[in-house]
Amino acid sequence: MNRSTIDLWVGIFVALGLGAILFLSLKVGNLLTSNSRGGYHIEAAFSNIGGLKLRAPVKAAGVVVGRVESIRLDPTTYEAVVSLTVSPEYTFTKDTIASILTSGLLGEVYVGLDVGGDTQMLADGGRIGKTQSAVVLEKLISQFMFERASSGSAK
Amino acid sequence: MPASAIADGLRRVGAGTRRVFARLGFAARFTVAVLAHSPDGLRRIRLTLREIYFSGVLSLVIILVSGLFVGMVLALQGYDVLQRYGASESLGVLVALSLVRELGPVVAGLLFASRAGSAITAEIGLMKATDQLSAMEMMAVDPLARVVAPRFWGGVISMPLLAALFSTLGIYGAYLVGVKLIGIDAGAFWGNMQSAVDFREDVVNGIIKSVVFGLIVSLIAVFEGYDAAPTAEGVSGATTRTVVGSSLTILAADFVLTVFMFRGVGVG
Repeated sequence: MNRSTIDLWVGIFVALGLGAILFLSLKVGNLLTSNSRGGYHIEAAFSNIGGLKLRAPVKAAGVVVGRVESIRLDPTTYEAVVSLTVSPEYTFTKDTIASILTSGLLGEVYVGLDVGGDTQMLADGGRIGKTQSAVVLEKLISQFMFERASSGSAK
Repeated sequence: MPASAIADGLRRVGAGTRRVFARLGFAARFTVAVLAHSPDGLRRIRLTLREIYFSGVLSLVIILVSGLFVGMVLALQGYDVLQRYGASESLGVLVALSLVRELGPVVAGLLFASRAGSAITAEIGLMKATDQLSAMEMMAVDPLARVVAPRFWGGVISMPLLAALFSTLGIYGAYLVGVKLIGIDAGAFWGNMQSAVDFREDVVNGIIKSVVFGLIVSLIAVFEGYDAAPTAEGVSGATTRTVVGSSLTILAADFVLTVFMFRGVGVG
């Protein structure tokens, strides 16, 4: 096989391979939109975060506006402090309520933001005051069972 | 009697251990020598291009076809399980994560070892058996730079590209089966995949894995060829050792890499 044929095939091969890497990065890994570097950080303290994981989405009105950056336990208040990275094009009012929600019964756990009516906006490093913790299914069920049991014995 | 039998056994163990270490030491020195001769080999870039042709371009068919079929089968099997939990929309996530993180690099690596690694070993082994390597040394041509380094780098360059193509074709095969055949919504298929697959954690780690596997397969292939006994039997044994050795090393290295890469992912 002569030189130029080999060169041509190697060129096609390398172009195909780089195209595949590009496809995996852009179409599958969604590099352009999901990797919103340079967002600003806000914090929120929850008494219970349930099954919230790192990199879980932060949604406002169902739209993904950011990611969970870090989760730690405050050693004095024993609350979970969740740090959120929010894309810079969105700002939220100071009285925004952050709640931990689940999409569907088995779906992913995410942080939902409900915007209030304050005129002041949360800045970088700001803290969300009003939070709503995760609903722990076992607690709900046991509550329900106890109520059933107590109402049953009263009869 | 029993004392001498025990001594014999111990002697055999000792000889085996010594041989293993001698071979390991030779392999390490060989690796350093190949790397040291790489600039010389890479200067004649046409040799490396030729090897990319032989180990990369000629492996395309088997990689593309296997990737397509692995993706299609994954989609069928994954759909069967996922729809029991009403999560058939997550098929894209399942297929993309398993291909990009694991199956792409590992299966492409195993195929590459048996398709290209064995050919490299057989070629170098046969060159040694027919005294071509010694002839080169006579002519003051260093076989490490002229023969070994281009084959090594050709493999190292080809492997990540082949793994990426394998994953891409697999995802396309899953798209064909999931969306076109079964009828999952195309938007859900791609959208769930894009929100679940992370560029840094999944795609880059997959590429790192395929680069490591490329290094492993190419190094084992050239080493076994260079180290082969210069007989027909020796070359055939070396080829077998390349395929078995690099397959096992890929699987072991994959486990180690996975432990380090994905241990912290998703843990709160």
